[in-house]
Amino acid sequence: MPSIAGMDVRKLITPGRIAIGIIILGGVIITLRRFAFGLGATTNLSDQVPWGLWISFDVISGVALAAGGFTMALLVHIAGDHTYRGLVRPAILTAFLGYLLVIVGLLFDIGKPWNIWHAIIYWNHHSAMFEVAWCVMLYTTVLLLEFLPMVLERFGLHAPMRIIRAIQIPLFITGIVLSTLHQSSLGSLFLLTPGKLHPLWYTRYLPLLFFFSAVTVGFAMVMLESFLSSKFLRRGLELRLLARLGRYLAFADIFYLILRIQDLTRRGVWGEAFTGSTESIFFLAEMALFTVPLFILFSSRLRRQRTPLFLASLMIVIGLVLNRLNISLVGMLRSTGGSYLPNWQEIWLSVFLVLCAALVFGLAARFLPVFSAEGPRDAGAGAKRSTDGASQAAPA
Amino acid sequence: MNRSTHRESQKGLLIDFTKCIGCEACMEGCREANDLAQPSPGDPPARELGADNFTVVVPREVDGKEVFIRRLCMHCADPACVSACPVGALTKRPDGAVSYDGDLCFGCRYCMVACPFSVPRYQWDSNAPVVRKCTLCYPRLDEGQEPACAAACPTGATRFGPRETLLEIARERIRKHPDLYVDHIFGEKEVGGGSILMISPVDFAQLGFPASMTHNPLPELTWAVQKRIPSIVVTGTVFLGGLYWVVNRRMERARDAEDAREVEDARGAER
Repeated sequence: MPSIAGMDVRKLITPGRIAIGIIILGGVIITLRRFAFGLGATTNLSDQVPWGLWISFDVISGVALAAGGFTMALLVHIAGDHTYRGLVRPAILTAFLGYLLVIVGLLFDIGKPWNIWHAIIYWNHHSAMFEVAWCVMLYTTVLLLEFLPMVLERFGLHAPMRIIRAIQIPLFITGIVLSTLHQSSLGSLFLLTPGKLHPLWYTRYLPLLFFFSAVTVGFAMVMLESFLSSKFLRRGLELRLLARLGRYLAFADIFYLILRIQDLTRRGVWGEAFTGSTESIFFLAEMALFTVPLFILFSSRLRRQRTPLFLASLMIVIGLVLNRLNISLVGMLRSTGGSYLPNWQEIWLSVFLVLCAALVFGLAARFLPVFSAEGPRDAGAGAKRSTDGASQAAPA
Repeated sequence: MNRSTHRESQKGLLIDFTKCIGCEACMEGCREANDLAQPSPGDPPARELGADNFTVVVPREVDGKEVFIRRLCMHCADPACVSACPVGALTKRPDGAVSYDGDLCFGCRYCMVACPFSVPRYQWDSNAPVVRKCTLCYPRLDEGQEPACAAACPTGATRFGPRETLLEIARERIRKHPDLYVDHIFGEKEVGGGSILMISPVDFAQLGFPASMTHNPLPELTWAVQKRIPSIVVTGTVFLGGLYWVVNRRMERARDAEDAREVEDARGAER
């Protein structure tokens, strides 16, 4: 299936590649500036707005956008819906790269990155940030182990492969549990801010809402990345499979929206949504981005069409990012009396990091069995595994 | 956490806005005691807390009346920042001070987000930045001295003492002069109370202080969720393991049945 694209030297320099080069060059310059001159020289952060685009987008949204890794592992390897087998590896690759992006983004944003290891030895288990730090470390390790088979398989390293295969299921379960904790803990971060975060977003159910919105966007990301890799990596698109996955997306989305709406109603804050304030506009935009896709996903006709399905997943991804930006940025501004717009370096670096992740994804897709190998070979391994399991389970 | 244990030992400051004349001696004393950068001559006086302004005096006009307020770390009894810090760089000392260890900090700035009074500041232009805020002059407390701001105050508007004593004084002043004070000791109950107490001739909300704050300590909000982590881990693992086991067994059975049928068919063909 993966026809290795021929490298034509004359076609090496394209407008796209030039743009990529410029973005990377800028990214390198900003990196140097950040670590030479500090956060003040490279961001618009202030004492009133201590968390900006890098935390809100690169880190808090980035973690949610990596959720496809655990939702697909759950769906296929635990719940046994093997229809989606082929989507697991790309999702795990995306999640792994996503978490690496989160870590790199974090290293840019924290004031003293060389002290980051302190989280390992100085414990404060009352802190949601402590939980976040540990979840990042542990789940990235799990993701590395989930990703490793693609490398081992490529180089035919069978011995380590057997070890990972043997612990595969416990590994997936650990990953799902850690993701549950991590996704929700990012919501827990804001439980401390009842007087600061705008009532349209502050609720003690933030951890729950963060988790279910992450599950939702996990499906949306898997679909979006299928669309994008079919376009940019010239791969085929299994539209019928995605349309089927769209049903999971629809149910996750509507479940999240019901939770969200029920919470807003319970707290009686709907009045805040229609005041025309900045917050209300951002809130309505966010809600619309989660609601409109439902009309596509619940229509059996639209769900089966390429463009509507693409737009539905794209809207949910943007809606999720907007939700996280609203909570960590927009909803905080009024109470702290600050104002904030990211400067060009913050935006550029974020684009640069996403581009790096996309380029690595493209390389991995070309040189590693990301899409192809989940075929008969893997099915054979699965059968072998299950007979092993059977012999263990039935000694009587 | 150890709020009740140290209740008696907690010191604090009582800041009486009716007695403040806006001389800024407290700011000067603070700068000197904490080695803060001096403002360049000619600069307007600082009105916002900053990396080199642990406290500020701010004139506010309410109904034609000028009131001087002070801003500084409130040294909460159960501080949000202390609970927020992932590495425990912030601690609540038995004497009431919330202290900070810049060597532990890795700069996530969650304390700044968490603080209900938006007090902590950051050294944005530094390459090894640390969080900056009032320390209640705990090095001075250790030497038996009072905080520099209280020592510098010429009118007694800022007064140092055991928190319980200061509370009694504040209540007494309000009781004796209901015409002078609003009946509210800011810092007595806000987010569970703290070491800094303020009394004022006008409503605190009008002076820019957060209005109608909860009287419960904020860390409880996080702990209500955090304490469930062990049970989430156990329940989640058992549930997922069980789900895998059930699904896998069902698939195996289906495969076994298929195998059996194939064997039957093969035998049938042999005969």
